[in-house]
This record gives sequence, structure tokens and C-alpha cells, in this order.
Amino acid sequence: MSAAAGAGVLLQVESVSVRFGALMALSGVSVDVRAGEILAIIGPNGAGKTTLLNVISGFYHPSQGRIFFEGRDRTRLRPPDVAELGIARTFQNVALFKGMSVLDNIMTGRLLKMKGSFLLDALYLGPAMSQELANRAFVERIIDFLEIQAIRKAPAGRLPYGLQKRVELARALAAEPKLLLLDEPMAGMNVEEKEDMCRFILDVNGEFGTTIVLIEHDMGVVMDISDRVVVLDYGRKIADGTPDDVRTHPAVLDAYLGVTHD
Amino acid sequence: MTDPVLTLDAERDTFPKLVRANARARGQAIAIREKDYGIWQAYTWAQYFEQARLIALGLASLGLARGDKVAIVGDNRPQLYWAVMGAQALGGVPVPLYQDSVEKELAYIADHAEVRFAVVEDQEQVDKLLHVRAQCPRLETIVYDDPRGMRGYAEPFLLSLEELQRRGRAFGEDHPRHFDDEVAQGRADDLAVMCYTSGTTGAPKGTMLSHRNLLFTATNAARREGLGADDEVLAYLPMAWVGDHVFSYAQAIVTGFTVNCPESAATVLADLKEIGPTYFFAPPRIWESILTTVMIRVEDCAWPKRRMVHFFLDLAQDMERRRLSGRGVAPVQRLLYPLGRLLVYGPLRDNLGFRRIRVAYTAGEAIGPEIFVFFRSLGINVKQLYGMTESSGLIAIQRDGEVRLDSVGTPLPGVEIRISDEGEVLFRSPGVFRGYYKNPEATERTVRDGWVHTGDAGFIDGAGDLRIVDRAKDVSRLADGTMFAPKYLENKLKFSPYVKEAVCVGQDRPFVAALLNIDLAAVGNWAERRGITHTSYTDLSQKPEVYELVGREVARVNATLLDDEVLRGARIKRFLILHKELDPDDEEVTRTRKVRRGYIAQKYAGLIEALYGSGDHVEVEAKVTYEDGRVGMIRADVRIRDAEVVAAGSGR
Repeated sequence: MSAAAGAGVLLQVESVSVRFGALMALSGVSVDVRAGEILAIIGPNGAGKTTLLNVISGFYHPSQGRIFFEGRDRTRLRPPDVAELGIARTFQNVALFKGMSVLDNIMTGRLLKMKGSFLLDALYLGPAMSQELANRAFVERIIDFLEIQAIRKAPAGRLPYGLQKRVELARALAAEPKLLLLDEPMAGMNVEEKEDMCRFILDVNGEFGTTIVLIEHDMGVVMDISDRVVVLDYGRKIADGTPDDVRTHPAVLDAYLGVTHD
Repeated sequence: MTDPVLTLDAERDTFPKLVRANARARGQAIAIREKDYGIWQAYTWAQYFEQARLIALGLASLGLARGDKVAIVGDNRPQLYWAVMGAQALGGVPVPLYQDSVEKELAYIADHAEVRFAVVEDQEQVDKLLHVRAQCPRLETIVYDDPRGMRGYAEPFLLSLEELQRRGRAFGEDHPRHFDDEVAQGRADDLAVMCYTSGTTGAPKGTMLSHRNLLFTATNAARREGLGADDEVLAYLPMAWVGDHVFSYAQAIVTGFTVNCPESAATVLADLKEIGPTYFFAPPRIWESILTTVMIRVEDCAWPKRRMVHFFLDLAQDMERRRLSGRGVAPVQRLLYPLGRLLVYGPLRDNLGFRRIRVAYTAGEAIGPEIFVFFRSLGINVKQLYGMTESSGLIAIQRDGEVRLDSVGTPLPGVEIRISDEGEVLFRSPGVFRGYYKNPEATERTVRDGWVHTGDAGFIDGAGDLRIVDRAKDVSRLADGTMFAPKYLENKLKFSPYVKEAVCVGQDRPFVAALLNIDLAAVGNWAERRGITHTSYTDLSQKPEVYELVGREVARVNATLLDDEVLRGARIKRFLILHKELDPDDEEVTRTRKVRRGYIAQKYAGLIEALYGSGDHVEVEAKVTYEDGRVGMIRADVRIRDAEVVAAGSGR
């Protein structure tokens, strides 16, 4: 595969390996993420799913291999630089500012979009004010989109888990990402919350055209909403294809679904 | 019976004409607000008229003919009120539907009303209509306001409101006189709206109301209550309910006051506080839930504050009870009240959004006296009113300064009330509906010799006020002949913050028994403070501690019955707590939350038998319908308890 991205490929992960001491968390994994798709990463615990997400978002740097975003080599960027490029994420364990209101939490997602001087910001003058208003207006659209108007002013830490997950998604969306990484967005949710979250993910993808990479354990959800599925096992990619392809792939049945076949 | 309003001039005899008059006379005044993106967005009367005009022209471009029905489905949104006027302007008849209706209900009404167009809020409503489209052959076009999630829909009969208005604009350019001509053709006796009554029995009936019906009722009530253009209301009750149509549409247009649409159903209480309406309507269950919220917060306070709040609330309620029963207020109370206003009542009113309220109503069901007294004691002018869809919403309202606990007030101007020989309340007025759509038999049963038979048992008391006892058919007797009014008992039970819903049974039985629903918020909070863990509503409802708690509430109700000479025999001997909440989706209560007694008796026959048996528990399996219409089963083991009954004659 060449470094020049093929038409429509937003992110290219090329033969990436990550080593923690003696442990190979990822070995030689290659994944193409196409612009506008929803790609699910599945695999048993410890398969390297979160590691892959962390490599993409710059938390880890690969021991080997390269990462291209929009056709340019982005292998060694730090998280803030990655965010600046237009990649946002949510975390497996919710990482919100618990004492801050939902609104303020989401506003932090706009930080990279705010440019100003200390003095003007402190005095809330001129551009500082209009910028704040524009950002607030954008955040309000997201609040409306994710239907969290009723908890706008509530402290994030006091919300039920399912809503915290939604707020985290809102914060990620506030950065207007081109690529959204979701680490188990539906973990610990009940059926109704999962259905809501599925709808929001599909709507984000549909309305904003955001490319989405998500890790998910609920196979029903994965099969319903993803365009493509990548299967990892012990740090290796063992399958990559449409949900139907993957569902019937022998290596996947073996490794992940735990069904023997002969 | 002559009334100036009945002689309507031809320039002001329909709602579209009146909106046009408002747009001309006071075009820059705010007609309607909606909270959107966190901000109150305001529309003037000029904008209201123009938006509705474009919707009308858009509908005209689709071929809407006079008399065509237009379904309106969604939360209270300015766009949907405009659609109501848009349909009326062309001589169409808006049919507002309950936005939480399940597909079956929607299909029934859309088909029965022969709806040709539907203007709906969002994807949720579009999906429901798409599913039932096969059963509604006349439904041609669905217009949606919120484009969210609609990108994947390619059906040619789906149209965004924006597109409809764009087409309307183009149509208006080609037919510049069309709109004015159509509006000019409108007459006072044209149908203005068709409201389907939820009905506690049988299929919903389409109540036809004319412009004259509504103009008359809205204007007379506004005059009697002194409503003017400066008033503000919150439009948060379902548009399908005649009350919302009167308060948020008819009266708003007649008087020119401002209607405020909340951001979402979940933000109503916060929006209420921001708007601080001057004119407010809530059914008893909303008053109850506000009171419950207040009481939960008070219980969470540190004790000095809690003691202080309780002291002043008790003081105010005692004063209010004395006032309502015509006894004098003690001088020391008069002295303390201003202090209470400073420390408790004022801040509380402000916090609830009731600071500016001049007139507030409760109706639909009898309100628990304690709830009524609570709000009045804070200085909020809550009054009871009586009305029904068939009367264009209103029949009687309590007069300021003549508010009593057990009356529903005096008839509005132009309304005549009579009690039949059987004790049923009858009325006639220019607000009387034009009949049930395609159901002349039901119309004839209800309207006889011009008098509407309400089905309520009541009487006119010494002060000339109307009093409602119960639904005429619900008042019944125990096996030994003791009189028993189920709703009366249920209302008493429901005043407890822990009891959300109650159904009392006992006709031809040896004693009265009750099926109760706990209030999840209040009992959950109570359990939390005591470290009682629970996993679900069902689990919490069956905790022995919760039975203890609720048992005390039942005993309290039984104790108050001792004072009542007529009903003292009808005390509650056995009760159980239902393992699930009564839900309109399960057809156990109506969309306006009235208990459907017959259906419950049938559905829970096993439980009711067990109440009259000797066991202390019973196994049940109940069907639940989820919001999307799917059906699931809940299994539970429901406990049954004896209630504490103080023997008549003993005690006090």
C-alpha cells in the first residue's frame, strides 16, 4: 500500500506495531478508514482495540509502522496536534470534568477553536465576546442535536452514566472533528440507552458526514450500524470487511465469537 | 341568552381573520416564543401571520380544499400553531393528535378523521405515520418541521415545512389573491378544529368545534378573568387537548397575549421559572409533582432550615384553610405571614416560576385539598374550573375571592347549568360543540333538547357554585348498600407524595380495596435516605418497608373519612402496590391521565380477586407496551396488606 492515500481514504494505519516491554499490543496492523464511513473495531479483551485508538489519537507512538491522515504522514504527533488536525475521541471510562456543568464541559471541546489574547478575554471585549457567543451558539446546536437541553446546567458528575456518555460525545463533537473515535460508547448502558446512542451515532455520521471509528462489544449494535468491521485478536488483524463478511469469517468465529467450527 | 360576542362582525369572525387583525394592529408585539438552542426566540404577530400564510399557501399548492382535514402532531411548537391557522385560513380543519399516541391510536384517528395532510414535528412522528399509512388511504402528504434524521427518506409524499413554505411563497406569487380570498370565505360557523376526546371508555370521538364556539368561550372567559395583551402563558400541555387549544391558540389570538413554548418536555419546570407566566394552567397531577419536588428538596435541607420552612408552610396552610372555610385568621398569624413571605413563600414562588402569576387553574380531575391549599397558601391564585371538550373547554370557573375547596365555581357568561332529576350535570351555551364527527348516535345521546349531558354527578350549592361529586356512573355501593365514591378516595390517597396513582374498587363487594402506584421519585428518595437498596420500580414497590410507608398513608386517609358522615363506611380495608406504573401506552389511563376503571378491573381481575381473598401475596404477569409499541411481559409477586381501619365510633 502506498503512502499516497487512495481516493476517499481519510486515515491510513500502515503495519503499525506497539510494544509495551515484552508485550506486543499490536503487531503489524494495517487499517484504512474511508471518509464518511462508520468502522467498528471488535475483538476479545486485550486484543489491542484501545491501543489502536490510542495510537491514532497520538497517546501512544507506534514502535513500527506509519499513520497517514488525509494523505500526510502523522506518525509522531502528540495528542493536541492530533486534535488540531480534526480527530476527536471519547474514552472507555468517562473522562468529564465532574464538577463543571454539562455546558462548560462541552465548551471545553471548543478550546481549540478559540483564539484570543489574555487581555481581551479577561475583559470580555470585542472579538473575545463575539467569539464566545459564536462558540456557545455552536455548542447549543450540539445540545439540541443530542437532546440534552434539560441537563445543560447540571454538574456532569451527578448525571447517570448513560447521559455522561452522551455529554462526552457532545464534547467530542464540539471540536467539529473530521474523524471521531469512540471507545465503547455503549458500555454499561441499558437497551433503551443503547438504542438512543446508536441513533445519535448514525445521525452524527449522516448529518455532519463525520467519519467514525468505534470500539464496541455488543455484536448486535456493531452489525446494525457499521459499514465495515475490523477484527483484532492478540494484537493482529484477523479480518476486515462488511458486517456480513466478518460474521461468517472462520477466524473470527474461532477467536472472537468463541464458536468452534469444523 | 344574548351576548355581544355572538354578533360577530365579518372581519373578525374566524381565527385567521383575527390573527391578521393582530398583525395589523400590533404587528411588532410578541405573539409566541420558543426556547431553541438555549435562547428564547420570539416571533411577532406580523411574523406569526406571515409564517401561517406561507404554510396555508403551501397547503393550497398541494391542493387542500375547504373541509379537508389536516392532522397536527407534535410537542407545542410555534410552527404547529401556525399550521393550525394555515389550515383554518383555507377552510381546512386542523385535527391535533396526542404526540405520544402509539401507532394504533394514530391510525384510528387519522383514518376516522379522513386526514388528507399531516403536519408533524419530527422524524418520530413521521415514522409512526409511515408505519400506519396503509391504514389511512386518504393521507396524501406528510410535512415535517425538524429535518433532523430525515435525510435518508426518499418518499415523494414527505415534505419539509421549509419546502412547503417555499412552495407556498411561489404559489402566492402566481395566485396573489388566493390567500385573501380563502380567508374572506371563512365563516364563524365553519369548523375550526376537531379534538378527539381520549375517553375513558370506547373509541375516541372527534368533537367538532366551530370558530363561533371557540371565539365565544375564549372571549367570555378572558373577559371574566381580566386577561389582556400583557399576559404570558406557557404552552406545555398536549396540543390535542382542547384546553391547550383554548389557552394557547384561541385566547392568545383573541386577547393578543404571548404564548411560550418550552424547549422540550423535560425542561418544562426550568422554562416555567424563566418565563414566570402570569396565567397558568396545570392538571392536578402537575401540581402534585411540583409539590412533590418541593417536599423532596425540603427534606434534603439541613434541619434548622427544614424546621423553619415547615413552620412557615404550616402557618400559611392553616391560614388558608381558615379562609377557605370562612373562619377568621388569628391576629398572630397575620403578623407572622409577612415574615414568612420574606423567608419562605417569596423565594419559593420565585424558584418555581410562580412569582408573577395572577390566575392559575386546575381542572380535569378533582385536586387533592391539601395540594390546593398548599399552592393557595403561597399566595398563588389557583382556582378550579370545570369544562369539557364538548363545551369548547370551559363551563364554569371559580370567581376571585370566592374560591372553595369543593366547588368548581359559577358558570361563565352565556352558560346555563341545570341538574337533571338523576343528579347529572347538564349545560347549554353558544360554546356547545357541533357534534361528534361521523357519529350522530353518540351526538344524540349527549345533546338532548339542546342540553349537553356531561355524565358527571353534581349539584348547585347554596352559594350558587357547581359541585361535582364523581363521574355519575362511578358512584356505587358496597354489597351492604354503603355509598362509595371511588374517585373521592383516590384523590385523598394521591395527596400523599408517595402515592402517584390509586384505583379503588368495591362495587357489590364487602369492603373497599385499593390498588396503588408509588411515586418513584419520592419513594426512591425516601428509600435512599434510609439505605434501602432497590433495582427497579417493581423491586422497590414490593419492599416491606415501602408497604409500611404506604400503609400509614392509607391509614391516614381512613382516619379522615371518619369525619364524613356519608362516606365513613367506605374505608379502605385491604390494599396492594402494583408492580408497574399505570400507563397510557398500556391503555390503563387515558393520555390525559384519567384512570380507565373498566379496563383495569378487567386487566387486573386476578389481583382484585386476591384482594378479596385471604392470601397475603399473588403472582402476576402483566403486559407492558414500550414507547415504540413493542410489547414485553413483567412478572412479579405482589404483596397484599390489610390497612389500619379505625372502627367507626371509636377514636375521635
